[in-house]
Amino acid sequence: MALLEIRNLHANVDDKPILKGLDLTIDRGEVHALMGPNGSGKSTLAYVIAGREGYDVTDGQVLFDGKDILEMAADERARAGLFLAFQYPVEIPGVTNTTFLKTALNSVRKGRGEGELDAMQFLKYVREKAKPLGIGDEMLKRAVNVGFSGGEKKRNEVLQMAVLEPVMAVLDETDSGLDIDALKIVAEGVNALRNPENATLIITHYQRLLDYIVPDHVHVLTDGRIVKSGGKELALELEAKGYAEFTSAEAA
Amino acid sequence: MAATLETVEQVRTLADDKYKYGFVTDIESDVAPKGLDEDTVRFISAKKEEPEWMLEWRLRAYRAWLDMEEPNWAKLKIAPIDYQDAYYYSAPKLDDAPKSLDDVDPKLLETYEKLGIPLKEQEWLAGVAVDAVFDSVSVATTYKARLEEEGIIFCAISEAIKTHPDLVQKYMGSVVPYTDNFFATLNSAVFTDGSFVFIPKGVRSPMELSTYFRINAQNTGQFERTLIIAEEGSYVSYLEGCTAPQRDENQLHAAVVELVALDDAEIKYSTVQNWYPGDENGVGGIYNFVTKRAHCLGKNSKVSWTQVETGSAITWKYPSCILSGDNSVGEFYSVAITNNCQQADTGTKMIHRGKNTSSTVISKGISAGRADNTYRGLIRMQPKAEDARNYTQCDSLLIGDRCGAHTVPYIESRNPTAKVEHEATTAKISEDQLFYCRQRGLSEEEAVSLIVNGFCKEVMQHLPMEFAVEAQKLIGISLEGSVG
Amino acid sequence: MVKNKNPEFSLAGAFDEAAPRLPGADLAWLDALRAQGIEAFRANGLPNRKVEAWRYTNLGALEKQGFAPLAEPAPLDTLPDGRALDIEGACRIVFVNGRLRADLSDLDQLPEGVMAQSLAEALGGKDGELEDLIAPASRERDGALASLNDAFMEDGLVLRVAAGVDVESPVHLISVGVPVEGEAVAFHPRNLVVAARDSRATLVESHIGAGDGSYFSNSVTDILVEKGATLTHAKLQDEGPKAFHVALGRVRIGDEAVYDNFVLHRGGELARNEIHARIEGSDAECRLNGAYLGADRQHMDNTTVIEHKAPGSRSREVFKGALDGRARGVFQGRIVVHRDAQQSDGHQLNKTLLLSRNAEMDTKPELAIYADDVKCSHGATIGELDDMALFYMRTRGIDEATARDILVAAFLNEAVEELRDKNLADAFRARIEGWVAARHESEAEKAA
Repeated sequence: MALLEIRNLHANVDDKPILKGLDLTIDRGEVHALMGPNGSGKSTLAYVIAGREGYDVTDGQVLFDGKDILEMAADERARAGLFLAFQYPVEIPGVTNTTFLKTALNSVRKGRGEGELDAMQFLKYVREKAKPLGIGDEMLKRAVNVGFSGGEKKRNEVLQMAVLEPVMAVLDETDSGLDIDALKIVAEGVNALRNPENATLIITHYQRLLDYIVPDHVHVLTDGRIVKSGGKELALELEAKGYAEFTSAEAA
Repeated sequence: MAATLETVEQVRTLADDKYKYGFVTDIESDVAPKGLDEDTVRFISAKKEEPEWMLEWRLRAYRAWLDMEEPNWAKLKIAPIDYQDAYYYSAPKLDDAPKSLDDVDPKLLETYEKLGIPLKEQEWLAGVAVDAVFDSVSVATTYKARLEEEGIIFCAISEAIKTHPDLVQKYMGSVVPYTDNFFATLNSAVFTDGSFVFIPKGVRSPMELSTYFRINAQNTGQFERTLIIAEEGSYVSYLEGCTAPQRDENQLHAAVVELVALDDAEIKYSTVQNWYPGDENGVGGIYNFVTKRAHCLGKNSKVSWTQVETGSAITWKYPSCILSGDNSVGEFYSVAITNNCQQADTGTKMIHRGKNTSSTVISKGISAGRADNTYRGLIRMQPKAEDARNYTQCDSLLIGDRCGAHTVPYIESRNPTAKVEHEATTAKISEDQLFYCRQRGLSEEEAVSLIVNGFCKEVMQHLPMEFAVEAQKLIGISLEGSVG
Repeated sequence: MVKNKNPEFSLAGAFDEAAPRLPGADLAWLDALRAQGIEAFRANGLPNRKVEAWRYTNLGALEKQGFAPLAEPAPLDTLPDGRALDIEGACRIVFVNGRLRADLSDLDQLPEGVMAQSLAEALGGKDGELEDLIAPASRERDGALASLNDAFMEDGLVLRVAAGVDVESPVHLISVGVPVEGEAVAFHPRNLVVAARDSRATLVESHIGAGDGSYFSNSVTDILVEKGATLTHAKLQDEGPKAFHVALGRVRIGDEAVYDNFVLHRGGELARNEIHARIEGSDAECRLNGAYLGADRQHMDNTTVIEHKAPGSRSREVFKGALDGRARGVFQGRIVVHRDAQQSDGHQLNKTLLLSRNAEMDTKPELAIYADDVKCSHGATIGELDDMALFYMRTRGIDEATARDILVAAFLNEAVEELRDKNLADAFRARIEGWVAARHESEAEKAA
């Protein structure tokens, strides 16, 4: 059974159709890349998968591990093993990273039928995950994403992913706003989490990130539908030719 | 445009006069007897040849007014006003009402020319249609023909009462009822003229409409009343300018402006108020008590108030929006400058009733000399104002240590999904800024004008081009003598 | 609710009956003060909406019930459990219905350099200084309820911190309101606090209720922070659910002095905490911070006036609140910079979360500036929890109710963090978290 199966997905934002019959299947152990021009519906797909309010699914299904998740609340989906790395990580003043991570981890563990970690166990666990990402105690004590640089925010997203160990991770434009060094750290972080049991969907505008996280499949999204799928070479082709070919083909 | 540049030129050439619009035009006036009683109201109504319903309305207002008290909540020190010691009607004496511009008294035209108002038809190119109110009477309305082609009605309100009684009856008092407040009620009883604008469904006004108000006669109160109705999907930009001659006594100006915007309509209302502010010792000057209010009645309607207030001894004015239609938008952009002994208490009210309504308030107050400048505003989110938004920013600039700057916002929210944000700051012109400018060769006054204009930029950019240039110059002139 | 037949009589009219037993009856100046107070109150009555300072707080319910001081002390054997703040090492001074209860207090454990006395006792002792310290209410500035306090003041805390001493342990004033069956109990505490030159001290107040009935606490506290002194003053208002709590603090701050105030509103049916701080010295600092947690039909009002009267002083205000149920919050904050108070620095922030459809917040942050070389600003926001933050937390597996709790507590914590004393901050934080948790439970019950 596929890990994530999206069938004929239609979704509206403010009554405007954005996704218009999207199909996508991801198996365990795979990395997929979804590429497309601005406004093609990439972020909408990410939010629909994660369960953000205001994104109305008008038709189709999203099956996660064989189960339709569209009726599930965002936190239920997270506890089921779905993770979204945000394009714009949200700032939460007054809530420290540690409190946030601990509450999240214990919720997710509970969802998995595991016991809660106490403060000491938790700290040890987080430090272990944070170290390779270059995140020190100081950053853990700060309020979630508040005053973080672009690179820090994205590393923080990967830290959360590492801590929560999702089965299916969706990375929404995780490369945007990163310089090359930060990009490498983030990519290494993501690669380290790959295993045969989980899968990753990388949403990106550029192929740059795909030099570091090599996808098994690449899909082109334009106007709310996947118009072409292929291997990793498709990303290079897109980089060379641009999206024009696909958008005009769509128009024709 | 040419017209306004001309005005600016005149401002320069009239340099011997401190108040640049302080000339008096010598015209014979037709006046009502001094004082105010029911007969005054009847006299005005009769002069205007009004229908009975209008007179009745005025009388109801007058009787209500008798029981009202002057509001005293504003941060204003006002010498008592003797309402019996003023004239309530003064019309330039004309044997017959002018049929066209050729019939207008040349002296009047000369006055307007001094003011830089493009009255002449060829100024059509300037793109501004003008209704000029001189003391109490609307003198001439230009470009009528061109506007009529579009179905736009732009005329004196006294004319509209006769020619479009249905529209006037339907909308006059619908936004500012005759019982609204002391000054609006007084206006309802004795208003003399003003502009009437009706933009029919789907029409974008092909030009900006403009009224220029001038108080000329002595001891005369001016009570104009403006009503603008924008039907579904229409758009109009309306400009209003005001000047008055220099006089030792205080003159009363109590206007009412009502705007109604139906579905998808937009009204942009810009004011440059430069009434005579009194001299540097606070003698003379206009008392400016104005009630301006817009009703965004329709869905997606929008009203934008932009004001540059540099004149008047007293300014009491709160252009407001009642946001009833879902998704309607209200904006208030204001620059208020007070110098010498001027006092201004001005701001806005944004009453959010409908869903998804939004409002923006940007207020810049500049206080110099011994002046007091107050921003007073109300933001109210009513229980049904789902997802409504307001953002307010009030900045005050003080020039000198004998003036005052005050911020008095009232914020009331009864809907949890509504979001209100308010920020206010005060600052002064820093010695560093001044020195930097002067080192680059600017005089002190030029430097102040430059810095203040920078401070006001967010508001000035909302003025139509024609007004922006003039307003910029006015800011400099208003602050003359404020430094050093 | 207890209704007096003639409320006018009970609020003001009870004076003639009470006057003979009020302390200090033989002091001419105090007699005059009382007479002036009752006269002012009788002439003007309670403020209504038309009085600008009371625009958003309606005293109709207070007027309807009418309240009168009790002749007899209310019985109370022990302090109600867990209501007052838990402050380690604090010296407790307990007042029950406005009267000192030495038996419940630790008056023998007063820290060195601190003198504490009950006002009733001080007036009996003919303390000459009191006349200077007890300032009559000005109708314009202090309002009618302060006049009522002038007339009825009976007891209170007189606290003096000697010059130069640095007092480590806080003094903890605990005021317990004890409703009495069939009576509309009123008490009018008058407190006097003097932190003498270069001293340093902490005064904590807990206002709590013993029982669910109605009572009315109407206090006036005069505070003098002399040159170089630092006074930390924190207050928990957790009165009984039907209580009316009105408190006026009048603070004078000298050269280089610091007044650091915090108030947490949690209890009462109607509560108003009003502070008038006058910065009379230069290079002084005034901090007024607070949080308010409203539910049901509670009404909570924070009104502050900070006057900068001397150059080079700083003021800061952070007030944050969360309103649930049909609660109504009011914040009125006025910063006045007087002529010649150059280089004043004033900052004020008020933020409110509306947690329910029927909650309401009215805020009026006000600046009145008469000097040009100043830095003053204020900000105010009203809204609900940030949707995006909630969604973000939920995508990390945190359920909605827990996410809300965390966000609400974090939001309020920003005000608590203004407290420089960590122990105090912890004590207040615990109260806020308790409120959030209780709210969570009642929500869960409703859902079940």
